[in-house]
Amino acid sequence: MSSTLAVQPNQRTSSKRQVSTLPLVGPSVVVLLIWMIVPLVMTLWFSLQHLNLLNPDNNSFAGLSNYIALLSTPALWISIFNTLVLVGSVLVITIGLGTLLAVLFNEEFWGRSIARLLAIAPFFVMPTVSALIWKNMLMHPVNGLFAYITRSLGFGAIDWFAQYPMLSVILIVSWEWLPFALLILLTAIQSQDDEQVEAARMDGAKSLAIFRFITLPHLGRAIAVLAMIETIFFLTIFAEIFVTTSGGPGLATTNLAYFIYLRALFEFDVGGASAAGLLAVILANIVAIFLMRIVARNLDV
Amino acid sequence: MSTVTLRDIHKTYVDAEVIIGVDLDINDGEFVVFVGPSGCGKSTLLRMIAGLEEITSGDLLIDGERMNDVPPDKRGLAMVFQTYALYPHMTVAENMAFSLRLAGMPKAKRYERAKEVARILQLEPLLDRKPRALSGGQRQRVAIGRALVRNPKVFLFDEPLSNLDAALRVQMRIELASLHDSLQSTMIYVTHDQVEAMTLADKIVVLQGGVIEQVGSPLELYHHPRNLFVAGFIGSPKMNFLPVTVTAVNDFGTTVSLPGEASVTIPVKPGYVSIGDRATLGIRPEHLQIEPNHAELTGEVLVVERLGGETFLYVKIMGGDTLTIQTNGDNTSLVHDRVPIAIHGDLCHLFDQQGEAIPKARRHHLTLNESQEQEAHEQSYQPKLNY
Amino acid sequence: MAAKPKLRRRIWTTALGWLAAGILFFPIFWMVLTSFKTEVEAIAIPPKLFFQPTLENYSTINDRTDYFSFALNSVLISVGSTLLALLFAVPAAYAMAFFPTKRTKGTLLWMLSTKMLPPVGVLVPIYLIFRNLSLLDTRIGLTIIYTLINLPIVVWMIYTFFKDVPKDILEAGRMDGASTRQEVFQVLLPLALPGIASTGLLAIILSWNEAFWSLNLTTTNAAPLTTFIASFSSPQGLFWAQLSAASSLAIAPILIFGWLSQRQLVRGLTFGAVK
Repeated sequence: MSSTLAVQPNQRTSSKRQVSTLPLVGPSVVVLLIWMIVPLVMTLWFSLQHLNLLNPDNNSFAGLSNYIALLSTPALWISIFNTLVLVGSVLVITIGLGTLLAVLFNEEFWGRSIARLLAIAPFFVMPTVSALIWKNMLMHPVNGLFAYITRSLGFGAIDWFAQYPMLSVILIVSWEWLPFALLILLTAIQSQDDEQVEAARMDGAKSLAIFRFITLPHLGRAIAVLAMIETIFFLTIFAEIFVTTSGGPGLATTNLAYFIYLRALFEFDVGGASAAGLLAVILANIVAIFLMRIVARNLDV
Repeated sequence: MSTVTLRDIHKTYVDAEVIIGVDLDINDGEFVVFVGPSGCGKSTLLRMIAGLEEITSGDLLIDGERMNDVPPDKRGLAMVFQTYALYPHMTVAENMAFSLRLAGMPKAKRYERAKEVARILQLEPLLDRKPRALSGGQRQRVAIGRALVRNPKVFLFDEPLSNLDAALRVQMRIELASLHDSLQSTMIYVTHDQVEAMTLADKIVVLQGGVIEQVGSPLELYHHPRNLFVAGFIGSPKMNFLPVTVTAVNDFGTTVSLPGEASVTIPVKPGYVSIGDRATLGIRPEHLQIEPNHAELTGEVLVVERLGGETFLYVKIMGGDTLTIQTNGDNTSLVHDRVPIAIHGDLCHLFDQQGEAIPKARRHHLTLNESQEQEAHEQSYQPKLNY
Repeated sequence: MAAKPKLRRRIWTTALGWLAAGILFFPIFWMVLTSFKTEVEAIAIPPKLFFQPTLENYSTINDRTDYFSFALNSVLISVGSTLLALLFAVPAAYAMAFFPTKRTKGTLLWMLSTKMLPPVGVLVPIYLIFRNLSLLDTRIGLTIIYTLINLPIVVWMIYTFFKDVPKDILEAGRMDGASTRQEVFQVLLPLALPGIASTGLLAIILSWNEAFWSLNLTTTNAAPLTTFIASFSSPQGLFWAQLSAASSLAIAPILIFGWLSQRQLVRGLTFGAVK
């Protein structure tokens, strides 16, 4: 009869200490609002202008013509396609291998904590360093270690960035992000209830069945979150391409981010770059909406 | 001298009223226990006295002064939290002296005071330790010490023993009782454990759904529960309840018919129920007896729990109700045995259809000095019947 | 008898675990190894595993390039932006954690959502604003950007650390007579210090390794190590040993920070969606 009145302790309203929250939260909100709104509005505005910094006098309202020109540029479609290939492949590689590695590193073994430190190290290497290690010391067609290995095995040297430019970039980015996937999935696995696994074992489940029916479903949400966070980062991969292929050969490794960079800071086509920038914002937002929904569900204020 | 008075206290959250008009007088030096099921509002009430929750309406008086809008530290109270709430980055001594430091007491003096309290609580060897290096019982003692240091008018305890294991809980309970005895200060204590309430309290306040169900001494609540809720809440194992029908009412008692043919006469005051009314009979397990000679009921034993010193029988009687019977440890009944059960009317309680207890004709001899309060209640509870 | 399959399993997992760790760590190992070779040894075929180690490269990058001015830029910008972000974030997180209103959840989520804005989307206006305000290639400019891109994560993490502080302890402080100021500075902040420190560490890592804005907004004066290393990409020079030495120096501190803050990294970069 009193159940409707039952109050959980965490529902208690805060005490009556009065603190005015506006001056505390305000500064953060204001700077982030400026950071978000001003450039976005400017991007939108520029995207409707004919504006090239090479001849700044020739500035006029463009309407949607930047968009029309952009959408009829094959390079844009190629760059979007490249972006999708890059994002998709790295996602599959990092999540697939990351799950296996997470299961492996969840097992007790000798020197596990040191092995784990080594395994996650690549994530903390700055992107320009990673890209250059791979480009020079590993993938160089003459002096690289890979070339030496393939030659010793009798396959001859591969000129990675000339023959398989996209694969090379995918390899580098996967190497950087696999530790991140491992770290997150390992955290998720460790939150799994041991008794659940033991119960499954009592029910006669073997390792593979436990992985398939207990661990994988448990990881479901973590994988979803990981995929979305990675997607948001991967959509704007830049440094790795900048220092290795510069988008080439041709347009082979030009992704959307690099395309915009070329437009803006090489061709100084402010209007066109802005229009493409908005496209990137829209793409990222599609993913972000789903991600924020999961985050919101886990957030109790 | 420190008294606490609550006058028509209400607490409303956005979506619910959790305290609905509480009136209570707490006398100087009294050990008062708020008890009730979780969600009954007992902690909220304590936190309102502490000043950690706002009082929606009503008055809180401490020593006759209205305290509603006085900040917690100015009310002259100290509180011991369920989680102990020790400051993990401070040593035991710093923890205990923190309030004195905030009050601006010089360092030497406040450590002197902390040491003094530590001596009382046998914490002296631990003064330089951090809380994480202490056992649960030691942490509890530090939390009490932190309260003692301030020399408060009133001590508040919010389920202080619930995080301790059973053995330690009993030990701390005894220590708290002797602490109260030596300090003679007013203490208000919240618990959901009725054993703690019974053993510690001078006065128990039973709360449910934000209202006070009954206030009284432990024995008052045990022998004269005001309604079904209090009767069921106080006492372990729980009181047995049987649906009965009134067959006779006269000055020395009311007779009710039990399932089967038997009946029993309970010495309660007349004028509350009339013949043919449905009522509830309450009998504590320790008041039921296995007695072959004058058995009012018989039943089949479903479960036998032997605790060694005593044995509990769970017996299914005619009509389908199950009774819990407490017998002594060498009772030989087995599962599926049929046992004869004697019911002594003197030890029974009778509740009307609204669940209110019908006052006993005579008060229990250990609760006689409370009879005045009780009389007042009985007058306020008017018989609803017209003859 | 029963121990045998268990032992075999452990041998297997040990082998596999170290194999995986070895493969993942190998490029870093190879880089560090190369940094102790001469330039000739660095490009030698077959690659040399055993050689006379030399510190020559480390002294060369010290002499020939102004390595330490880049390193100093990295330190100043990442530490500066982290301190600035903390300065904004701590009060905001305090208010949101302890005095939530109806808008708090929305505000928090909105802050996180700004993190999802792709930087290329605003490259053009930021570049132009920086050019007009003469912020291009300045430490202040990059510090401002890093403060803003890390602020949501920093607010979020400190918020969760504050939420973890038991409310009872703060209330005990109030019963003991602490004013709001005393409560914050004598009870809350000492308690949350480890969390705040690891949040700072994560922000430093993220700023240190950031390579979009640093490549686009700096060239020489304010260029941090990311930009400096990128300058090695020019094909004319095959200074691998030097590159390795410079890179080893650039990643060493952050590798240690990273190892120290693995847990917080998960908490911060998944916004609490993975526990």
